Amino acid sequence: MAKIDSEVGGDVTFFHTSQLDQLINLARENSLWYLLFGLACCGIELIQTGGPRADLMRFGAIPRASPRQADFMIVAGTLTYKMAERAKLLYDQMSEPKYVISMGSCANCGGLFQLAYSVCKGVDKVVPVDVYVPGCPPRPEALTEGLIRLQDKVRNERWQDKRRAPVQGTGAA
Amino acid sequence: MEKLILRRVDRNNEEMILNFGPQHPSTHGVINFIVETDGEVLRKAVPDVGYLHRSIEKIGEVTGWHGFMPFTDRIDYVAAMFPNEGYATAVERLTGIEVPRRAQYLRAISCELARIASHLVSLGTMSMDIGAFTPMLHGIRERETINDLIEALCGARLTYNYHRIGGVAFDLPEGWKERTLAFLDHFDKFLVEFDRLISFNEIYVRRLANVAVITGKDAVDYGLVGPNLRGSGVDWDVRRDLPYGAYDDFEFAVPVGQGFKGTVGDCYDRYYCRCLEMGESSKIVRQALLQLPEGEIMAPKVARNLKVEAGEALSRVESARGEMAFYVVADGTNKAYRVRARTGSFTAMGIIESASPGLMIADLVALIASLDVVAPEIDR
Repeated sequence: MAKIDSEVGGDVTFFHTSQLDQLINLARENSLWYLLFGLACCGIELIQTGGPRADLMRFGAIPRASPRQADFMIVAGTLTYKMAERAKLLYDQMSEPKYVISMGSCANCGGLFQLAYSVCKGVDKVVPVDVYVPGCPPRPEALTEGLIRLQDKVRNERWQDKRRAPVQGTGAA
Repeated sequence: MEKLILRRVDRNNEEMILNFGPQHPSTHGVINFIVETDGEVLRKAVPDVGYLHRSIEKIGEVTGWHGFMPFTDRIDYVAAMFPNEGYATAVERLTGIEVPRRAQYLRAISCELARIASHLVSLGTMSMDIGAFTPMLHGIRERETINDLIEALCGARLTYNYHRIGGVAFDLPEGWKERTLAFLDHFDKFLVEFDRLISFNEIYVRRLANVAVITGKDAVDYGLVGPNLRGSGVDWDVRRDLPYGAYDDFEFAVPVGQGFKGTVGDCYDRYYCRCLEMGESSKIVRQALLQLPEGEIMAPKVARNLKVEAGEALSRVESARGEMAFYVVADGTNKAYRVRARTGSFTAMGIIESASPGLMIADLVALIASLDVVAPEIDR
Protein backbone atom coordinates (compact mmCIF):
# COMPACT_ATOMS: atom_id res chain seq x y z
CA MET A 1 0.00 0.00 0.00
CA ALA A 2 1.37 3.33 -0.89
CA LYS A 3 -0.19 6.70 -1.24
CA ILE A 4 0.75 8.12 -4.64
CA ASP A 5 -1.21 11.25 -5.32
CA SER A 6 -4.02 12.59 -3.20
CA GLU A 7 -5.36 14.76 -6.03
CA VAL A 8 -6.22 11.71 -8.16
CA GLY A 9 -8.73 10.79 -5.54
CA GLY A 10 -7.84 8.72 -2.57
CA ASP A 11 -5.44 5.92 -2.22
CA VAL A 12 -3.87 4.43 -5.28
CA THR A 13 -2.34 1.06 -4.64
CA PHE A 14 0.32 -0.79 -6.45
CA PHE A 15 -0.71 -4.17 -7.73
CA HIS A 16 0.53 -7.08 -5.76
CA THR A 17 3.13 -9.05 -7.68
CA SER A 18 0.96 -12.14 -7.88
CA GLN A 19 -1.71 -10.10 -9.59
CA LEU A 20 0.82 -8.81 -12.10
CA ASP A 21 1.76 -12.41 -12.66
CA GLN A 22 -1.85 -13.23 -13.33
CA LEU A 23 -2.14 -10.37 -15.76
CA ILE A 24 0.97 -11.41 -17.62
CA ASN A 25 -0.13 -15.02 -17.59
CA LEU A 26 -3.51 -14.00 -19.00
CA ALA A 27 -1.74 -12.35 -21.88
CA ARG A 28 0.63 -15.27 -22.31
CA GLU A 29 -1.93 -18.03 -22.25
CA ASN A 30 -4.04 -16.38 -24.92
CA SER A 31 -1.24 -15.75 -27.34
CA LEU A 32 0.66 -19.01 -27.38
CA TRP A 33 2.22 -19.30 -30.81
CA TYR A 34 3.27 -22.70 -31.95
CA LEU A 35 6.09 -23.90 -34.12
CA LEU A 36 4.88 -25.75 -37.18
CA PHE A 37 6.70 -29.02 -36.76
CA GLY A 38 4.68 -31.60 -38.63
CA LEU A 39 6.81 -34.71 -38.79
CA ALA A 40 4.47 -37.41 -40.00
CA CYS A 41 0.82 -38.41 -40.05
CA CYS A 42 -0.06 -36.17 -37.10
CA GLY A 43 1.13 -33.22 -39.16
CA ILE A 44 -1.94 -33.60 -41.36
CA GLU A 45 -4.21 -33.59 -38.32
CA LEU A 46 -2.29 -30.54 -37.13
CA ILE A 47 -3.18 -28.81 -40.41
CA GLN A 48 -6.79 -29.87 -39.96
CA THR A 49 -6.77 -28.51 -36.42
CA GLY A 50 -5.59 -25.18 -37.76
CA GLY A 51 -8.27 -25.42 -40.44
CA PRO A 52 -11.75 -23.98 -40.47
CA ARG A 53 -13.55 -26.51 -38.30
CA ALA A 54 -11.34 -26.93 -35.26
CA ASP A 55 -9.77 -23.48 -35.73
CA LEU A 56 -6.91 -23.41 -33.25
CA MET A 57 -6.49 -19.69 -33.87
CA ARG A 58 -9.51 -18.84 -31.76
CA PHE A 59 -7.38 -19.76 -28.74
CA GLY A 60 -4.72 -17.34 -29.88
CA ALA A 61 -2.48 -20.08 -31.21
CA ILE A 62 -0.94 -19.04 -34.49
CA PRO A 63 1.46 -21.23 -36.46
CA ARG A 64 4.93 -19.83 -36.91
CA ALA A 65 7.53 -21.24 -39.23
CA SER A 66 10.51 -20.02 -37.24
CA PRO A 67 11.38 -21.37 -33.78
CA ARG A 68 12.53 -17.91 -32.73
CA GLN A 69 8.96 -16.61 -32.91
CA ALA A 70 7.30 -19.56 -31.23
CA ASP A 71 6.25 -20.10 -27.61
CA PHE A 72 5.69 -23.79 -27.83
CA MET A 73 6.42 -26.64 -30.14
CA ILE A 74 3.91 -29.26 -31.23
CA VAL A 75 5.94 -32.35 -32.03
CA ALA A 76 3.49 -34.02 -34.39
CA GLY A 77 4.60 -37.40 -35.54
CA THR A 78 7.28 -40.03 -35.52
CA LEU A 79 10.70 -38.84 -34.44
CA THR A 80 13.49 -40.76 -36.10
CA TYR A 81 17.03 -40.71 -34.79
CA LYS A 82 18.10 -38.67 -37.77
CA MET A 83 15.44 -36.08 -36.98
CA ALA A 84 15.92 -36.15 -33.22
CA GLU A 85 19.03 -34.01 -33.24
CA ARG A 86 17.24 -31.49 -35.44
CA ALA A 87 14.34 -31.43 -32.99
CA LYS A 88 16.76 -30.70 -30.15
CA LEU A 89 18.30 -27.92 -32.23
CA LEU A 90 14.91 -26.37 -32.89
CA TYR A 91 14.00 -26.56 -29.23
CA ASP A 92 17.24 -24.84 -28.29
CA GLN A 93 16.52 -22.07 -30.76
CA MET A 94 13.21 -21.20 -29.13
CA SER A 95 13.24 -18.37 -26.63
CA GLU A 96 12.23 -18.82 -22.99
CA PRO A 97 9.62 -19.46 -21.69
CA LYS A 98 9.04 -22.44 -23.95
CA TYR A 99 6.82 -25.48 -23.87
CA VAL A 100 6.43 -28.70 -25.79
CA ILE A 101 3.26 -30.60 -26.69
CA SER A 102 3.93 -34.14 -27.75
CA MET A 103 1.20 -35.09 -30.21
CA GLY A 104 0.36 -38.68 -30.96
CA SER A 105 1.58 -42.05 -29.84
CA CYS A 106 4.79 -41.94 -31.87
CA ALA A 107 5.96 -38.74 -30.24
CA ASN A 108 4.82 -39.96 -26.81
CA CYS A 109 6.53 -43.33 -26.78
CA GLY A 110 7.31 -44.56 -30.28
CA GLY A 111 3.77 -45.89 -30.65
CA LEU A 112 3.32 -48.30 -33.50
CA PHE A 113 7.01 -48.33 -34.31
CA GLN A 114 8.35 -50.21 -31.30
CA LEU A 115 9.86 -52.73 -33.68
CA ALA A 116 11.59 -50.15 -35.81
CA TYR A 117 15.35 -49.78 -35.63
CA SER A 118 15.39 -46.15 -36.71
CA VAL A 119 12.69 -44.56 -34.53
CA CYS A 120 13.37 -42.60 -31.34
CA LYS A 121 10.93 -44.01 -28.78
CA GLY A 122 9.47 -40.79 -27.50
CA VAL A 123 10.34 -37.15 -27.93
CA ASP A 124 10.81 -36.80 -24.16
CA LYS A 125 14.14 -38.56 -24.59
CA VAL A 126 15.34 -35.45 -26.41
CA VAL A 127 13.42 -32.45 -25.07
CA PRO A 128 11.24 -31.96 -21.94
CA VAL A 129 7.54 -32.40 -22.67
CA ASP A 130 4.71 -30.50 -20.94
CA VAL A 131 1.58 -32.06 -22.41
CA TYR A 132 1.14 -35.49 -23.96
CA VAL A 133 -1.76 -35.91 -26.37
CA PRO A 134 -2.62 -39.58 -26.97
CA GLY A 135 -4.02 -41.01 -30.19
CA CYS A 136 -2.82 -42.35 -33.47
CA PRO A 137 -3.33 -39.75 -34.77
CA PRO A 138 -5.20 -37.62 -32.19
CA ARG A 139 -8.37 -36.00 -33.42
CA PRO A 140 -8.38 -32.21 -33.76
CA GLU A 141 -10.55 -32.07 -30.63
CA ALA A 142 -7.85 -33.92 -28.71
CA LEU A 143 -5.16 -31.50 -29.81
CA THR A 144 -7.39 -28.59 -28.86
CA GLU A 145 -7.79 -30.15 -25.43
CA GLY A 146 -4.02 -30.44 -25.26
CA LEU A 147 -3.70 -26.73 -25.97
CA ILE A 148 -6.25 -25.92 -23.26
CA ARG A 149 -4.26 -28.02 -20.78
CA LEU A 150 -1.15 -26.12 -21.74
CA GLN A 151 -3.02 -22.86 -21.17
CA ASP A 152 -3.98 -24.11 -17.69
CA LYS A 153 -0.35 -24.79 -17.01
CA VAL A 154 0.72 -21.36 -18.20
CA ARG A 155 -1.99 -19.66 -16.15
CA ASN A 156 -1.03 -21.37 -12.91
CA GLU A 157 2.69 -20.90 -12.90
CA ARG A 158 4.85 -18.01 -11.81
CA TRP A 159 6.14 -16.24 -14.83
CA GLN A 160 9.16 -15.11 -12.83
CA ASP A 161 10.18 -18.73 -12.33
CA LYS A 162 10.15 -19.41 -16.04
CA ARG A 163 12.60 -16.61 -16.76
CA ARG A 164 16.18 -17.56 -17.02
CA ALA A 165 18.71 -15.55 -15.07
CA PRO A 166 20.23 -12.92 -17.31
CA VAL A 167 23.59 -13.85 -18.68
CA GLN A 168 26.33 -11.87 -17.01
CA GLY A 169 27.74 -9.65 -19.69
CA THR A 170 31.38 -10.03 -20.58
CA GLY A 171 31.49 -7.06 -22.88
CA ALA A 172 31.48 -9.13 -26.03
CA ALA A 173 28.50 -8.70 -28.31
CA MET B 1 26.30 -35.14 -49.57
CA GLU B 2 28.92 -34.24 -47.01
CA LYS B 3 31.24 -33.12 -49.81
CA LEU B 4 28.62 -30.78 -51.16
CA ILE B 5 28.02 -29.09 -47.81
CA LEU B 6 31.67 -28.67 -46.96
CA ARG B 7 32.83 -27.69 -50.43
CA ARG B 8 34.67 -24.40 -50.50
CA VAL B 9 32.55 -21.67 -52.03
CA ASP B 10 34.01 -19.08 -54.36
CA ARG B 11 33.76 -15.77 -52.55
CA ASN B 12 34.13 -13.69 -55.71
CA ASN B 13 30.54 -14.14 -56.76
CA GLU B 14 27.28 -14.57 -54.86
CA GLU B 15 27.47 -18.32 -54.74
CA MET B 16 26.26 -19.92 -51.55
CA ILE B 17 24.99 -23.19 -50.16
CA LEU B 18 21.77 -23.21 -48.19
CA ASN B 19 19.97 -25.86 -46.25
CA PHE B 20 16.28 -25.86 -47.12
CA GLY B 21 14.50 -27.98 -44.56
CA PRO B 22 14.02 -30.41 -42.87
CA GLN B 23 11.78 -28.20 -40.75
CA HIS B 24 10.26 -25.92 -43.35
CA PRO B 25 6.56 -25.52 -44.14
CA SER B 26 7.16 -25.72 -47.89
CA THR B 27 9.03 -29.00 -47.96
CA HIS B 28 5.83 -30.99 -47.27
CA GLY B 29 7.20 -33.08 -44.48
CA VAL B 30 10.71 -33.62 -43.27
CA ILE B 31 12.89 -33.46 -46.36
CA ASN B 32 16.13 -31.56 -46.60
CA PHE B 33 17.27 -29.84 -49.77
CA ILE B 34 20.84 -28.73 -50.08
CA VAL B 35 20.52 -25.76 -52.37
CA GLU B 36 23.42 -24.35 -54.28
CA THR B 37 22.58 -20.87 -55.49
CA ASP B 38 24.17 -17.99 -57.29
CA GLY B 39 22.28 -15.05 -55.85
CA GLU B 40 18.63 -15.83 -56.45
CA VAL B 41 19.22 -18.37 -59.22
CA LEU B 42 19.63 -22.04 -58.41
CA ARG B 43 22.69 -23.91 -59.53
CA LYS B 44 21.41 -27.14 -58.12
CA ALA B 45 19.11 -28.52 -55.45
CA VAL B 46 20.00 -31.91 -54.04
CA PRO B 47 17.41 -33.68 -51.91
CA ASP B 48 18.63 -35.31 -48.71
CA VAL B 49 16.09 -37.88 -47.65
CA GLY B 50 15.76 -40.27 -44.72
CA TYR B 51 14.42 -38.04 -41.97
CA LEU B 52 11.28 -40.13 -41.74
CA HIS B 53 12.67 -43.58 -42.34
CA ARG B 54 10.54 -45.71 -40.02
CA SER B 55 11.69 -49.12 -41.28
CA ILE B 56 8.18 -50.08 -42.29
CA GLU B 57 9.31 -52.68 -44.84
CA LYS B 58 11.45 -54.38 -42.22
CA ILE B 59 8.52 -54.43 -39.78
CA GLY B 60 6.58 -56.27 -42.50
CA GLU B 61 8.89 -59.22 -42.00
CA VAL B 62 8.08 -59.64 -38.31
CA THR B 63 4.34 -58.96 -38.12
CA GLY B 64 1.98 -61.51 -39.59
CA TRP B 65 0.29 -61.09 -42.96
CA HIS B 66 -2.76 -59.42 -41.46
CA GLY B 67 -0.78 -57.50 -38.88
CA PHE B 68 1.08 -55.45 -41.46
CA MET B 69 -2.09 -53.71 -42.67
CA PRO B 70 -2.01 -50.80 -40.15
CA PHE B 71 1.60 -50.12 -41.06
CA THR B 72 0.71 -49.72 -44.74
CA ASP B 73 -1.48 -46.78 -43.69
CA ARG B 74 1.63 -44.98 -42.57
CA ILE B 75 3.38 -45.40 -45.92
CA ASP B 76 1.17 -42.72 -47.39
CA TYR B 77 -0.83 -41.04 -44.67
CA VAL B 78 -2.46 -38.43 -46.88
CA ALA B 79 -4.23 -41.13 -48.88
CA ALA B 80 -3.94 -44.24 -46.75
CA MET B 81 -6.46 -46.30 -48.74
CA PHE B 82 -4.02 -46.94 -51.59
CA PRO B 83 -1.24 -48.73 -49.69
CA ASN B 84 -4.00 -50.73 -47.99
CA GLU B 85 -5.36 -51.76 -51.35
CA GLY B 86 -1.96 -52.39 -52.87
CA TYR B 87 -0.82 -54.66 -50.05
CA ALA B 88 -4.14 -56.49 -49.87
CA THR B 89 -4.14 -57.03 -53.64
CA ALA B 90 -0.59 -58.35 -53.59
CA VAL B 91 -1.34 -60.88 -50.86
CA GLU B 92 -4.57 -61.90 -52.60
CA ARG B 93 -2.63 -62.57 -55.81
CA LEU B 94 -0.15 -64.61 -53.82
CA THR B 95 -2.75 -66.74 -52.06
CA GLY B 96 -5.39 -66.81 -54.80
CA ILE B 97 -8.12 -65.38 -52.59
CA GLU B 98 -11.07 -64.11 -54.63
CA VAL B 99 -12.44 -60.76 -53.48
CA PRO B 100 -16.25 -60.43 -53.66
CA ARG B 101 -17.55 -57.89 -56.16
CA ARG B 102 -19.16 -55.71 -53.51
CA ALA B 103 -15.87 -55.47 -51.63
CA GLN B 104 -14.10 -54.41 -54.82
CA TYR B 105 -16.68 -51.68 -55.30
CA LEU B 106 -16.28 -50.54 -51.71
CA ARG B 107 -12.52 -50.43 -52.26
CA ALA B 108 -12.97 -48.29 -55.34
CA ILE B 109 -15.35 -45.93 -53.52
CA SER B 110 -13.09 -45.50 -50.51
CA CYS B 111 -9.99 -45.11 -52.67
CA GLU B 112 -11.50 -42.44 -54.88
CA LEU B 113 -12.71 -40.49 -51.84
CA ALA B 114 -9.20 -40.73 -50.44
CA ARG B 115 -7.82 -39.51 -53.76
CA ILE B 116 -10.04 -36.43 -53.59
CA ALA B 117 -8.97 -35.81 -49.98
CA SER B 118 -5.31 -36.18 -50.90
CA HIS B 119 -5.52 -33.86 -53.90
CA LEU B 120 -7.32 -31.27 -51.77
CA VAL B 121 -4.40 -31.19 -49.35
CA SER B 122 -1.91 -31.20 -52.19
CA LEU B 123 -3.53 -28.32 -54.09
CA GLY B 124 -4.21 -26.39 -50.89
CA THR B 125 -0.66 -26.58 -49.62
CA MET B 126 0.62 -25.82 -53.11
CA SER B 127 -1.34 -22.60 -53.29
CA MET B 128 -0.18 -21.78 -49.76
CA ASP B 129 3.44 -22.26 -50.80
CA ILE B 130 2.87 -19.93 -53.73
CA GLY B 131 1.44 -17.37 -51.32
CA ALA B 132 -2.35 -17.73 -51.39
CA PHE B 133 -3.69 -18.83 -48.02
CA THR B 134 -7.44 -18.92 -48.67
CA PRO B 135 -7.60 -21.85 -51.13
CA MET B 136 -6.01 -24.07 -48.53
CA LEU B 137 -8.75 -23.33 -46.04
CA HIS B 138 -11.35 -24.09 -48.71
CA GLY B 139 -9.62 -27.37 -49.45
CA ILE B 140 -9.40 -28.31 -45.76
CA ARG B 141 -13.08 -27.51 -45.32
CA GLU B 142 -14.10 -29.96 -48.04
CA ARG B 143 -11.62 -32.50 -46.73
CA GLU B 144 -13.31 -32.41 -43.32
CA THR B 145 -16.53 -33.60 -44.95
CA ILE B 146 -14.71 -36.47 -46.65
CA ASN B 147 -13.05 -37.31 -43.35
CA ASP B 148 -16.50 -37.46 -41.74
CA LEU B 149 -17.73 -39.82 -44.45
CA ILE B 150 -14.71 -42.09 -44.18
CA GLU B 151 -14.93 -42.00 -40.40
CA ALA B 152 -18.53 -43.19 -40.63
CA LEU B 153 -17.33 -45.94 -42.96
CA CYS B 154 -14.34 -47.26 -41.05
CA GLY B 155 -13.94 -45.33 -37.81
CA ALA B 156 -10.75 -43.46 -38.59
CA ARG B 157 -10.11 -40.04 -39.99
CA LEU B 158 -6.62 -40.40 -41.35
CA THR B 159 -5.07 -43.83 -40.99
CA TYR B 160 -7.99 -45.84 -42.24
CA ASN B 161 -6.94 -49.50 -42.01
CA TYR B 162 -10.12 -50.29 -43.92
CA HIS B 163 -9.09 -52.89 -46.46
CA ARG B 164 -8.44 -56.46 -45.44
CA ILE B 165 -6.83 -59.37 -47.20
CA GLY B 166 -9.88 -60.77 -48.97
CA GLY B 167 -12.20 -57.78 -48.79
CA VAL B 168 -12.96 -54.78 -46.63
CA ALA B 169 -13.58 -54.47 -42.91
CA PHE B 170 -17.02 -52.86 -42.80
CA ASP B 171 -20.08 -52.51 -44.99
CA LEU B 172 -21.67 -49.15 -45.73
CA PRO B 173 -23.45 -47.67 -42.72
CA GLU B 174 -27.09 -46.68 -43.00
CA GLY B 175 -27.72 -43.52 -44.99
CA TRP B 176 -24.10 -43.30 -46.11
CA LYS B 177 -24.91 -43.59 -49.79
CA GLU B 178 -27.30 -40.63 -49.70
CA ARG B 179 -24.88 -38.54 -47.66
CA THR B 180 -22.06 -39.24 -50.09
CA LEU B 181 -24.18 -38.49 -53.15
CA ALA B 182 -25.27 -35.21 -51.55
CA PHE B 183 -21.64 -34.38 -50.84
CA LEU B 184 -20.62 -35.14 -54.42
CA ASP B 185 -23.34 -32.83 -55.75
CA HIS B 186 -21.88 -30.13 -53.53
CA PHE B 187 -18.34 -31.04 -54.44
CA ASP B 188 -18.85 -30.69 -58.20
CA LYS B 189 -19.96 -27.11 -57.59
CA PHE B 190 -16.99 -26.60 -55.29
CA LEU B 191 -14.58 -27.58 -58.06
CA VAL B 192 -15.92 -24.78 -60.27
CA GLU B 193 -15.65 -22.40 -57.32
CA PHE B 194 -12.08 -23.55 -56.63
CA ASP B 195 -11.12 -22.95 -60.26
CA ARG B 196 -12.58 -19.46 -60.08
CA LEU B 197 -10.87 -18.83 -56.75
CA ILE B 198 -7.32 -19.83 -57.63
CA SER B 199 -6.76 -21.96 -60.75
CA PHE B 200 -7.38 -19.16 -63.24
CA ASN B 201 -5.97 -16.44 -61.04
CA GLU B 202 -3.58 -14.41 -63.19
CA ILE B 203 -0.85 -14.14 -60.55
CA TYR B 204 -1.07 -17.82 -59.72
CA VAL B 205 -0.92 -18.84 -63.38
CA ARG B 206 2.14 -16.69 -63.97
CA ARG B 207 3.90 -18.23 -61.00
CA LEU B 208 3.35 -21.74 -62.36
CA ALA B 209 3.09 -21.63 -66.15
CA ASN B 210 6.35 -22.45 -68.01
CA VAL B 211 8.14 -23.09 -64.70
CA ALA B 212 10.23 -26.25 -64.28
CA VAL B 213 9.18 -27.95 -67.49
CA ILE B 214 9.64 -31.73 -67.44
CA THR B 215 9.38 -33.28 -70.89
CA GLY B 216 7.52 -36.53 -71.44
CA LYS B 217 10.77 -38.34 -72.20
CA ASP B 218 12.41 -37.09 -69.00
CA ALA B 219 9.35 -38.05 -67.00
CA VAL B 220 9.47 -41.60 -68.32
CA ASP B 221 13.25 -41.83 -67.92
CA TYR B 222 13.15 -40.73 -64.32
CA GLY B 223 10.23 -43.00 -63.51
CA LEU B 224 7.70 -40.34 -62.62
CA VAL B 225 4.21 -41.70 -62.07
CA GLY B 226 0.66 -40.53 -61.67
CA PRO B 227 -0.30 -36.87 -62.15
CA ASN B 228 3.38 -35.93 -62.51
CA LEU B 229 3.72 -38.25 -65.49
CA ARG B 230 0.38 -37.29 -66.98
CA GLY B 231 1.18 -33.63 -66.48
CA SER B 232 4.11 -34.16 -68.85
CA GLY B 233 1.73 -35.39 -71.53
CA VAL B 234 2.19 -39.15 -71.13
CA ASP B 235 -1.17 -40.88 -71.19
CA TRP B 236 -0.79 -43.67 -68.64
CA ASP B 237 -3.12 -44.63 -65.84
CA VAL B 238 -3.04 -48.02 -64.17
CA ARG B 239 -6.76 -47.86 -63.46
CA ARG B 240 -7.52 -47.72 -67.17
CA ASP B 241 -4.57 -49.51 -68.77
CA LEU B 242 -4.09 -52.40 -66.33
CA PRO B 243 -7.49 -52.52 -64.64
CA TYR B 244 -7.65 -54.02 -61.17
CA GLY B 245 -10.55 -54.41 -58.77
CA ALA B 246 -13.77 -52.88 -60.02
CA TYR B 247 -12.27 -50.28 -62.33
CA ASP B 248 -13.38 -52.16 -65.47
CA ASP B 249 -16.94 -51.13 -64.77
CA PHE B 250 -16.50 -47.38 -64.59
CA GLU B 251 -16.40 -44.74 -67.27
CA PHE B 252 -13.86 -42.04 -66.59
CA ALA B 253 -11.46 -39.85 -68.46
CA VAL B 254 -7.75 -39.63 -67.72
CA PRO B 255 -6.68 -35.97 -67.70
CA VAL B 256 -3.40 -35.41 -69.48
CA GLY B 257 -1.33 -32.25 -69.49
CA GLN B 258 -1.61 -30.34 -72.76
CA GLY B 259 -0.07 -27.01 -71.87
CA PHE B 260 -3.19 -25.59 -70.28
CA LYS B 261 -1.59 -22.19 -69.72
CA GLY B 262 1.96 -22.67 -70.94
CA THR B 263 4.17 -25.56 -71.98
CA VAL B 264 3.34 -29.23 -71.64
CA GLY B 265 4.91 -30.52 -68.43
CA ASP B 266 5.19 -27.26 -66.49
CA CYS B 267 4.06 -26.83 -62.89
CA TYR B 268 0.66 -25.58 -63.95
CA ASP B 269 -0.04 -28.74 -65.98
CA ARG B 270 0.74 -30.94 -63.00
CA TYR B 271 -1.43 -28.74 -60.83
CA TYR B 272 -4.37 -28.65 -63.21
CA CYS B 273 -4.25 -32.39 -63.91
CA ARG B 274 -4.95 -32.91 -60.23
CA CYS B 275 -7.86 -30.48 -60.35
CA LEU B 276 -9.39 -32.40 -63.26
CA GLU B 277 -8.70 -35.74 -61.59
CA MET B 278 -10.81 -34.77 -58.61
CA GLY B 279 -13.79 -34.34 -60.96
CA GLU B 280 -13.13 -37.77 -62.48
CA SER B 281 -12.87 -39.36 -59.03
CA SER B 282 -16.17 -37.80 -58.13
CA LYS B 283 -17.69 -39.41 -61.25
CA ILE B 284 -16.25 -42.81 -60.30
CA VAL B 285 -17.63 -42.66 -56.75
CA ARG B 286 -21.04 -41.72 -58.09
CA GLN B 287 -21.09 -44.58 -60.62
CA ALA B 288 -19.87 -47.05 -58.02
CA LEU B 289 -22.51 -46.03 -55.50
CA LEU B 290 -25.30 -46.25 -58.06
CA GLN B 291 -24.24 -49.67 -59.43
CA LEU B 292 -23.15 -51.11 -56.08
CA PRO B 293 -23.89 -54.87 -56.17
CA GLU B 294 -25.26 -56.76 -53.19
CA GLY B 295 -23.29 -59.52 -51.58
CA GLU B 296 -20.52 -60.34 -49.17
CA ILE B 297 -17.78 -57.91 -48.23
CA MET B 298 -15.19 -60.50 -47.23
CA ALA B 299 -13.98 -63.58 -49.00
CA PRO B 300 -15.00 -66.72 -47.09
CA LYS B 301 -12.45 -68.58 -45.03
CA VAL B 302 -9.52 -66.24 -44.85
CA ALA B 303 -7.53 -67.76 -42.00
CA ARG B 304 -6.63 -65.52 -39.10
CA ASN B 305 -3.18 -66.95 -38.87
CA LEU B 306 -2.60 -66.89 -42.58
CA LYS B 307 0.06 -69.24 -43.88
CA VAL B 308 1.15 -68.58 -47.43
CA GLU B 309 2.96 -71.03 -49.68
CA ALA B 310 6.35 -69.97 -50.95
CA GLY B 311 6.10 -67.60 -53.86
CA GLU B 312 6.06 -63.99 -54.84
CA ALA B 313 3.50 -61.52 -56.15
CA LEU B 314 3.37 -57.97 -57.41
CA SER B 315 0.42 -55.63 -57.40
CA ARG B 316 0.11 -52.23 -59.05
CA VAL B 317 -2.45 -49.68 -58.01
CA GLU B 318 -2.93 -46.09 -59.07
CA SER B 319 -2.42 -44.12 -55.90
CA ALA B 320 -3.06 -40.40 -55.51
CA ARG B 321 0.66 -39.89 -56.04
CA GLY B 322 0.81 -42.27 -58.95
CA GLU B 323 1.48 -45.89 -59.54
CA MET B 324 2.22 -47.76 -56.33
CA ALA B 325 3.55 -51.28 -56.48
CA PHE B 326 3.71 -53.84 -53.69
CA TYR B 327 6.03 -56.80 -54.03
CA VAL B 328 5.62 -59.54 -51.45
CA VAL B 329 7.66 -62.70 -51.07
CA ALA B 330 6.45 -65.63 -48.97
CA ASP B 331 8.52 -68.51 -47.68
CA GLY B 332 5.74 -70.77 -46.45
CA THR B 333 5.47 -69.42 -42.90
CA ASN B 334 2.90 -67.10 -41.35
CA LYS B 335 5.12 -64.08 -41.97
CA ALA B 336 6.28 -62.37 -45.10
CA TYR B 337 9.85 -62.98 -46.21
CA ARG B 338 10.01 -59.57 -47.83
CA VAL B 339 7.58 -56.73 -48.35
CA ARG B 340 8.57 -53.99 -50.74
CA ALA B 341 6.61 -50.87 -51.59
CA ARG B 342 7.48 -48.95 -54.71
CA THR B 343 6.14 -45.43 -54.32
CA GLY B 344 5.84 -42.45 -56.58
CA SER B 345 7.30 -39.80 -54.29
CA PHE B 346 10.71 -41.44 -54.11
CA THR B 347 11.22 -41.32 -57.86
CA ALA B 348 9.82 -37.79 -57.95
CA MET B 349 12.65 -36.72 -55.65
CA GLY B 350 15.13 -37.98 -58.22
CA ILE B 351 14.16 -35.50 -60.86
CA ILE B 352 14.55 -32.44 -58.65
CA GLU B 353 18.30 -32.34 -59.06
CA SER B 354 18.11 -32.24 -62.85
CA ALA B 355 15.00 -30.05 -63.09
CA SER B 356 16.15 -27.37 -60.67
CA PRO B 357 19.18 -25.69 -62.35
CA GLY B 358 18.29 -22.23 -63.57
CA LEU B 359 15.15 -21.86 -61.47
CA MET B 360 14.68 -19.06 -58.98
CA ILE B 361 14.64 -20.07 -55.31
CA ALA B 362 10.93 -19.30 -55.10
CA ASP B 363 10.28 -21.55 -58.09
CA LEU B 364 11.91 -24.48 -56.33
CA VAL B 365 9.03 -24.33 -53.87
CA ALA B 366 6.60 -24.45 -56.78
CA LEU B 367 8.43 -27.44 -58.27
CA ILE B 368 8.42 -29.40 -55.00
CA ALA B 369 4.78 -28.59 -54.38
CA SER B 370 3.75 -29.53 -57.91
CA LEU B 371 5.46 -32.92 -57.61
CA ASP B 372 3.26 -33.55 -54.53
CA VAL B 373 5.76 -35.54 -52.53
CA VAL B 374 4.93 -36.97 -49.12
CA ALA B 375 7.81 -37.67 -46.76
CA PRO B 376 6.98 -41.23 -45.58
CA GLU B 377 6.45 -42.34 -49.16
CA ILE B 378 10.01 -41.30 -49.88
CA ASP B 379 11.60 -42.84 -46.80
CA ARG B 380 9.05 -45.46 -45.68
